[in-house]
Amino acid sequence: MKVININLSYNSDFVSQVEEESGQKLNLCYQCGKCTAGCPYTAEYDISVSQIMRLTQTGQKDKVLQSKSLWLCATCESCTARCPNKIDVARIMDVLRHMARREGYTGIRTVKTFWDSFLNSVRSNGRVFEVGLLANYISHTGRFWTDIGLGPKILPKGKIHFKPVEMKGKKEVTKIFMRFKQESAK
Amino acid sequence: MKIGVFVCHCGSNIEATVDTAAVAAASREFPDVVFATDTMYTCSEPGQDEIVAAIKEHNLGGVVVASCTPRMHEQTFRRTVERAGLNRYLFEMANIREHVSWIGKDRESNTNKSVDLVRMATEKLMRNRPLYSKKFDINKRVLVIGGGVAGIQAALDCADGGLEVVMVEKAPTIGGKMAKLDKTFPTVDCSSCILGPRMVDVAQHPNITLYAYSEIEEINGYVGNFEIKVKKKATYVDWDSCTGCGICMEKCPSKKATDTFNEGIGKTTAINIPFPQAIPKKAKIDPDFCTKIQKGKCGVCAKLCPSGCINYEMQDEFVTEKVGAIVTATGFDLFDWSIYGEYGAGRYPDVITSLQYERMLSASGPTGGHIKRPSDGKEPKNVVFIQCVGSRDKSVGRPYCSGFCCMYTAKQAILTKDHLPDSQSYVFYMDIRAIGKLYDEFTRRAMEEYDTKYIRGRVSMIYPQGDRLLVRGADTLMGAQVEVDADLVVLAVGAEAAAGAGELAEKLRISYDSYGFYMEGHPKLKPVETNTAGVYLAGACQGPKDIPSSVGQGSAAAAKVLGLFSKDQLESDPQVSVVDIKRCIGCGKCIQTCPFGAIKEMEFRGMAKADVIETICQGCGICTSTCPQGAVQLQHFTDNQILSEVNALCRF
Repeated sequence: MKVININLSYNSDFVSQVEEESGQKLNLCYQCGKCTAGCPYTAEYDISVSQIMRLTQTGQKDKVLQSKSLWLCATCESCTARCPNKIDVARIMDVLRHMARREGYTGIRTVKTFWDSFLNSVRSNGRVFEVGLLANYISHTGRFWTDIGLGPKILPKGKIHFKPVEMKGKKEVTKIFMRFKQESAK
Repeated sequence: MKIGVFVCHCGSNIEATVDTAAVAAASREFPDVVFATDTMYTCSEPGQDEIVAAIKEHNLGGVVVASCTPRMHEQTFRRTVERAGLNRYLFEMANIREHVSWIGKDRESNTNKSVDLVRMATEKLMRNRPLYSKKFDINKRVLVIGGGVAGIQAALDCADGGLEVVMVEKAPTIGGKMAKLDKTFPTVDCSSCILGPRMVDVAQHPNITLYAYSEIEEINGYVGNFEIKVKKKATYVDWDSCTGCGICMEKCPSKKATDTFNEGIGKTTAINIPFPQAIPKKAKIDPDFCTKIQKGKCGVCAKLCPSGCINYEMQDEFVTEKVGAIVTATGFDLFDWSIYGEYGAGRYPDVITSLQYERMLSASGPTGGHIKRPSDGKEPKNVVFIQCVGSRDKSVGRPYCSGFCCMYTAKQAILTKDHLPDSQSYVFYMDIRAIGKLYDEFTRRAMEEYDTKYIRGRVSMIYPQGDRLLVRGADTLMGAQVEVDADLVVLAVGAEAAAGAGELAEKLRISYDSYGFYMEGHPKLKPVETNTAGVYLAGACQGPKDIPSSVGQGSAAAAKVLGLFSKDQLESDPQVSVVDIKRCIGCGKCIQTCPFGAIKEMEFRGMAKADVIETICQGCGICTSTCPQGAVQLQHFTDNQILSEVNALCRF
């Protein structure tokens, strides 16, 4: 196991940035593990949520932002609901996810691609267009057979359209995206 | 008046940010000041000797010490000036530590403020008059509120010391929480075997009067002379003739009454004696479940009672007791864990509290000492203990550690193995707090010899799976989520202030913290005193405590009472209100506002006048600010004294 020098590796800017963006105080965490105990996704995580909390507390920026767990968190908020210290853990996970993306940490490429495809679809259609999303996702990841088994079940029920469904307010949704782009560029 | 001023460095506490030599130099310019100096530690022996020497050498009539808060050393210096032959009230203190050096960093401003404070003190001192205490007789009886182990210890120590003791217990029997325990840690002594004889001693001691099933209704008076109104709640059984034979309990047809003593594990009869070793061993009727009281039919107990002591018409009764001191030993209650939805909020019968488990382990308990699942009566194989339920949890408003749960959980895990050798115990913990003598060895024994599996992490949820319970938690040392199939889950519920603690505190006029635990006089140096003279604390009413600490405090409180009663008379504080009869117009406003009932009306040459009862007056000063004539003056804080301080401060 690698030795970590806890004062040299402590990134205080990272800690204060997480605290500021999340509005949570990291020192409140006493590592009881109740967040991990209730986390439904912990089996898929590379680093459990309580350990993410500890690594964030100790300013281990790279290790936290490289973690796959950030991208697998479903924001179910069990951790937040159960925390005895009333820390909004899910909010911290959210902030870390944003931070990782902003600073170019890849995390899990497929998850990032899915998010991008999803948002692109909403931007151009006003709501999600499943087939377009699928095509976009597959073309970027090459995962042709992903969830292929669901097709025969969904198609006969008319749940999937091969053309985007026209909806009211499509332009307004696009405007939201434009405004976000302008605001975040400031 | 010739005044001497002593400015203290308090090591570097004051000197670091106040130029004490400059303060002393400035003081020499004040009127009446004939001597001023700065000293390293004024409170030390050489520091005090310097004051005594200066009083003699310069023939001082009064002394000002500029140092810490009067709460710290006012008494110290009053004794010093007294040693030099001055009246103790010809002394003033200027607080230049808490009010200056500790709160400001600017040396120049701090020095200026210190000079102002010393000037105010000297101006007041010039107007101080010698005051003398009066002596009053005291009643050498003591009231002990609460008959748990702390109260029992305090009562027995006082009674053995020759004092008459009145004990008031809310429940129908004394013994408190300790009487409900099966064994005690770390020696695994049988709890009722060590407490039982003490309870009997209370009942048999010629100096102890016991009021069980009674509550404090009203407290009046002051140290040395309290008057207590006790409410004896209706038991519907004449306790003078009840022999505790238990025939009524055998035959009572109403068998669904809440069994408080057994923590709701099982039910009891409407007329019942809490447990075989109860003190007093007397029956009482729970009126909510008695068919005779509710519906007017039945009356079986009255027919069968050999001593004819059943009285369905009994009413609450009030008695008055006069005492000189009060020991409060009202203990604690258990946290209501049903707030935790993730632990089932009480829906799963096989999730029980540690105290319910204790009753189950006890040979005199409802299961006769057999561990059985409440749901189906089967013996459990896997027993899971969850610690810190309602402790160290801010989200439920209980951020404090209850202190004893780590230890009783280890004990219960050991006892589980003793009762059921094939069982396996698991303990979910956050930290193990085993700081007493032989405590850590005990928790290690639970792990090493009894193979209790300790898992470091909290539990997130409990849910039923078949006829078992699945406990899902974390093992933070392993860094993993873990699950245990449990047959029985025992929650180590934390301690909270006893129900009704706040109301009693108001009657006693003592303060309590935000959780309802009573405040001691000083967290380090006055652990069993309160800020109300003559009222002492013992046991968990002051904060969660284990048995040895509670017993220790019981004895400590008794020692304080015996010390107080070692004199035949007490000295009253002369800092009380005095009425100037010439100015008093007899309007009676002071009588209405006095929170202690210390002012009464008297007649003087046919006119109504106010009169202060010196021993009751606490010197709060409310009457002085109420009096429209300025006729009531608080000694040592007269209007003239206070205004002279204001003038000294607002000179420009």
